[in-house]
Amino acid sequence: MKDSFFYHALKIDQDRCFGCSLCMRKCPTEAIRVRNGKAQIYGNRCIDCGDCFKVCPSGAVYVAQDDFENIYNYSTRVVLMPSVFPGQFAENFSASLIHSVLLDIGFTNVIEVEASAMIHSQLTSQYIEERNDKKPLISTFCPAIVRLIQVKFPALVDNLIPIKAPVDLTANYIRKKLIDSGIPEEEIGIFYITPCAAKIAATKSPVGEEKSSVDGVLNMDTMYNKVLMKLKNTDKDYKLKTIANDLNSDCVIFSMTNGEKRLNNCKKSFAIDEIHNVIEFLDRVENDEIEDLDFLELRACDQGCPGGVLTIGNRFVINDRVMLRAKKIAERERRGETTRRKEIYEYEEELLNNSKVGKILPRSMMVLDNDISIAFQKLTKIKELEAKLPQIDCSVCGAPSCRALAEDIACEKASLVDCVFIQRNLENRESMSNNESIEIMKKIWGGEILDDYILNK
Amino acid sequence: MHFEYNVIEGDFANAGKASSEIKKTMKQLNIDSQKIKRMVVAVYEAEVNAIAHAYGGNIYVDIDSEKISVIIKDTGPGINDIELAMQQGYSTASAKVREMGFGAGMGLPNIKNNVDHLDIKSEIGVGTEIKMVVNFT
Repeated sequence: MKDSFFYHALKIDQDRCFGCSLCMRKCPTEAIRVRNGKAQIYGNRCIDCGDCFKVCPSGAVYVAQDDFENIYNYSTRVVLMPSVFPGQFAENFSASLIHSVLLDIGFTNVIEVEASAMIHSQLTSQYIEERNDKKPLISTFCPAIVRLIQVKFPALVDNLIPIKAPVDLTANYIRKKLIDSGIPEEEIGIFYITPCAAKIAATKSPVGEEKSSVDGVLNMDTMYNKVLMKLKNTDKDYKLKTIANDLNSDCVIFSMTNGEKRLNNCKKSFAIDEIHNVIEFLDRVENDEIEDLDFLELRACDQGCPGGVLTIGNRFVINDRVMLRAKKIAERERRGETTRRKEIYEYEEELLNNSKVGKILPRSMMVLDNDISIAFQKLTKIKELEAKLPQIDCSVCGAPSCRALAEDIACEKASLVDCVFIQRNLENRESMSNNESIEIMKKIWGGEILDDYILNK
Repeated sequence: MHFEYNVIEGDFANAGKASSEIKKTMKQLNIDSQKIKRMVVAVYEAEVNAIAHAYGGNIYVDIDSEKISVIIKDTGPGINDIELAMQQGYSTASAKVREMGFGAGMGLPNIKNNVDHLDIKSEIGVGTEIKMVVNFT
């Protein structure tokens, strides 16, 4: 609503939202409330995971993106394509074909995001070795996870590995390479095709960084439409304009669950996907319940990036296609038909030396007040209120749970009479009129929903 | 602010309930995350002790704006020699308990290392009361 620490890519179209509250019930950080019949986001709690986007039945939750036409502000137009993008298309459309079509629709250069995955993995292994005093170290690959840890697990912020994500390493590499080839920096525009909202938020307001490494972000669903339209209008003797050769077999599957974990030599590491699973696991990690953990690969989406909210197909099908591509490349590697060290290694030194991100700070959403005595008063109030509430988490008050309502009341964002059970109680005692309780409900769920529709409909 | 929990003998499956609630409360009070971690680790350890060695017991948590104090009271066999029990590696755990990964003789030393104040009262055949305090400032 206000005072947001972060830029958020997830937004709610107030005209489309009809206040069904599905998103509020699903949100893993209890960041959504219903007011006046519309879903509202508490900016400080939202981590851009996209769970609300997935459940919204009316398309009211949307992901803000840059205008595609912005690419024409640059004479050199690079598209950064994640390896899950070709996985959106049927098996007979090769990665090289997708690269070529991206050139057809307006870009001048195509590079795959995971081109820097091996260098990223090298950096991670190095860091794990250096920091053997800190355990477990947690991957920063998934930006929703970084934000989750900032807001919900602030004690683990120092466990995050402060290394640039592959998208930033690859963007920096291609920019440098183009500049070295004589293209003026201001003429280079780098555009990233994102599979999720969190990656947009991360590139718009990077955690621990001053400036974003890319010039624009395009949603994967939008790009899917553009590419598929072109493919449908391409005839049989279409000639490929380029051959996809940025990734070795390990890079191809890097963004899928286990993609990172399998590349490091840690004794005890876990790869966990889906935000609720991650929260459950981090709760235990925070209590030191799991011993001798070295490394955690955590992803907000089921199956990793194939489960991103902006992907089109079924995540298991995408996963299978990406795997298939990796297998084919691995086979060619075994036969010596392709090299595992790609062009990016010409800039290895440079990338290794410019890989650190700044300090990642805790931004706890749990804190009731910075002044401990005020926080203590609020907490006491929350406990008292909780005892009065029915504890059935019906959400009719416009908050996801009785506990959340108690917290909202203590922070003066809601009132005890928002609870429908309290209203009934007061009505029964004749301390509240029926009209008064209807007015309260209207403030939460909007006017129309409480119109006299039994007679009118 | 006061809350209480009950721990049941042998119920390792539910160890950690009290420490999780304590963690959430301390987070809301904006307590330094390292202090939270210390208290949570200490309480968890003490919970497991009560479950493993002392026929279960009760946990009493008191929080004000300056400190958190947790008392774990059991009606177990009592600690024979507190000084010895405070030594790292000393353990009286049964083989069954050790098999589950507990009973390495790190319990009490670990609690002591994590809290600002530790007070142990124990009487053989009557029970043990462990009081631990973490100061907020």
